[in-house]
Amino acid sequence: MTTTAATTRDLYRLLSRITGDEKHGPSATSTLDVLWVLYDRILRVRPETVNDPERDRFLLSKGHGPAAFYAVLAAKGFIPVDWLDDLGGRDSRLGFHPDGTLIPGVEIGSGSLGHGLGLGVGMALGLRAQGLTRPRVFVLLGDAELDEGSNHEAIAYAGAVGLDSLTAVVVDNESATHGWPGGIASRFAVNGWHTSTVDGRDHDALERAFTEASETGEPASQTGEPASQTGKRASETGKPSAVIATVERKW
Amino acid sequence: MVSPMRDEFIHTATALLDEDPRVAVVLADISAAEFVGAARQHPDRVINVGIREQLLVGVTGGLAQTGLRPIAHTYAPFLVERAFEQVKLDLDHQGAGAILVSVGASYDSSRVGRTHHAPGDVALIDTLGNWTVHVPGHPAEVEPLLRAAAGHDDPVYLRLSTQANERAHDGYGLVPIRHGKAATVVAVGPMLDPVLAATDGLDVTVAYTHTPRPFDKVGLRALVSGTGSADVVLVEPYFAGTSAAQVADALVAVPHRLLALGVTRTDPRRYGSVEDHARYHGLTPEQLRESVRGFLAA
Repeated sequence: MTTTAATTRDLYRLLSRITGDEKHGPSATSTLDVLWVLYDRILRVRPETVNDPERDRFLLSKGHGPAAFYAVLAAKGFIPVDWLDDLGGRDSRLGFHPDGTLIPGVEIGSGSLGHGLGLGVGMALGLRAQGLTRPRVFVLLGDAELDEGSNHEAIAYAGAVGLDSLTAVVVDNESATHGWPGGIASRFAVNGWHTSTVDGRDHDALERAFTEASETGEPASQTGEPASQTGKRASETGKPSAVIATVERKW
Repeated sequence: MVSPMRDEFIHTATALLDEDPRVAVVLADISAAEFVGAARQHPDRVINVGIREQLLVGVTGGLAQTGLRPIAHTYAPFLVERAFEQVKLDLDHQGAGAILVSVGASYDSSRVGRTHHAPGDVALIDTLGNWTVHVPGHPAEVEPLLRAAAGHDDPVYLRLSTQANERAHDGYGLVPIRHGKAATVVAVGPMLDPVLAATDGLDVTVAYTHTPRPFDKVGLRALVSGTGSADVVLVEPYFAGTSAAQVADALVAVPHRLLALGVTRTDPRRYGSVEDHARYHGLTPEQLRESVRGFLAA
C-alpha cells in the first residue's frame, strides 16, 4: 500500500493538474484528507465495482470545490488522470460541480447545497429494502452547508428511525456565517446519532472514527437479514453516525 | 373521508406494494393513516418521513438510485412547489425516475385557501426534462395510469383531483369525443364534462386527454386537419396556457388561432366552493361557452 506521505505528495501533484477552480480553492483542499482516508481505507468500492449493488456509496453533498475529490478519484483509478487537465472545459466530464451521470464512480451530481443527505437517507433505505445490509452510505458535507434546512429534515428523520448504515461526514472549517454554538456534533447527537469529532488532517484518527461509525451498524449486519425479516425496527439495531472532521479555518 | 381518486390511488399503490418488490411508497404524513396496513406488510417500502417535503423527494431520489420504483405522495403545493429543487435535482438531474402523485389539484381545497393551491404544478414540471404528466378525469382512470407508471423507470407526475367527469374515458393522446367543423376544443382531465356542456350544440370537435405530457402533437394535427378549421381551444384544469407552447409547436406549419383557458394567474383571495372557484377563473360551463363563442365569432 502507498504510504501516507507519498500519497499526499501524489495527491498534491494531481491537484496541481486541476486548473480553473479558483473560486472554490480553499474548500477544495479542506476535504482532501477525509476523502483520501475514505477511499484508501474505508469505502468498499473500486473502479471495477462502481455498478455493483453491494458497493459502499459515497456522496459528495458539498459539491463546491470538488478538485480534491477528482484528484482522489484519479489516484484510485476511477477516472483517467488526464481528465484533470480540462476542468470545466467544453468537452470535459469534470465540472466545477460534479455531475454523477458523467463520472464513473460518482454517485450523485451536487453543487446546490443540502441535497446529499436526503439522497443518502433514500439510498440507505433503498438498500435495506432490498436486503442489501452490507453496503454503507457516506455523505460528505461542509459545516456551512448545514445552514440549509433540508439537512435538518434528514438528520431528524435518520436519527428517529436509527438508520445505522448511514454516516454523515462534516468537514468543519468554520465557514458557516453564523456558526454552530454548542458544536456541530450536538445537532446530530440530540437526534440520536452516534457522533465523533476528530482532526480532519489526522489520517489514523479519521480511520478510527469511520471504523467506529461502521460498527454502530453491527447488530443489524450480524443477523444477516433485513430489518423487515427480523421484525426489528431499525432503531433497535443501531444509530446513524456523524463524524465531524475539523480542519483549519477557511479564512 | 378520502376522495374517490385518492382512494383509487391508495388501493392501487397498496396492491402494487404486494405485487412488485421494486415499488416503494414515500409519504410526508399525508395519507399515512390509509397506508398503515401496507406499512405493516412492507415496513421497508412504506416510508413516512413526517412533515418533511424536501426529505420526501430527496429520499425518493435515493430510493430510485438503488433500483426501486418509488411513489412519492402529498398535496400538490408541497410535493411540486415546496420541494421543487429536490424534484429538479434529486430526481431530474440525477437521472432518477419516480412517480409523484399529488392530491389537492388547483383549487380542490377551495375553502382552505391559497396555501393549499398549486395551479402552477404542471407548468413547473414543464421546466424539467421529459416527464409524463397524467391528469385523470375520473377515478377509474387512476389505476391503469398508476400501474403503467410503475412498469417503467421514467419520471411521471400523476395529478389527482376531487373534480371528476361523470364517466371514464380513454385518454392516451387526444381522443375525439365529439366531431364538428368550426374548431378543435381540447379538454384535459376533469375539464371534459364542463367543456361538453359548454359546447353543446356548437359545431366543434371536442377531444379528451388524461395525459397532457407528452402532448399528442400528431393527434392535434390530425384533428385540425379533419376539422377543417385551425382554430384551437385549450381547456386545462391548471394554469391557462400551460400547453400553449405545445400547440404552437404541433401547428408550427399551420396558420392557426389559439384560445387557452384554465386557471388564471391572479390569486382571487376568496374561499367558497369548487364551483365558486371555477367561476372566479371563468371555467363554469356557461363562462366557457361564452369564451368559445366569442373566440369563434372574432
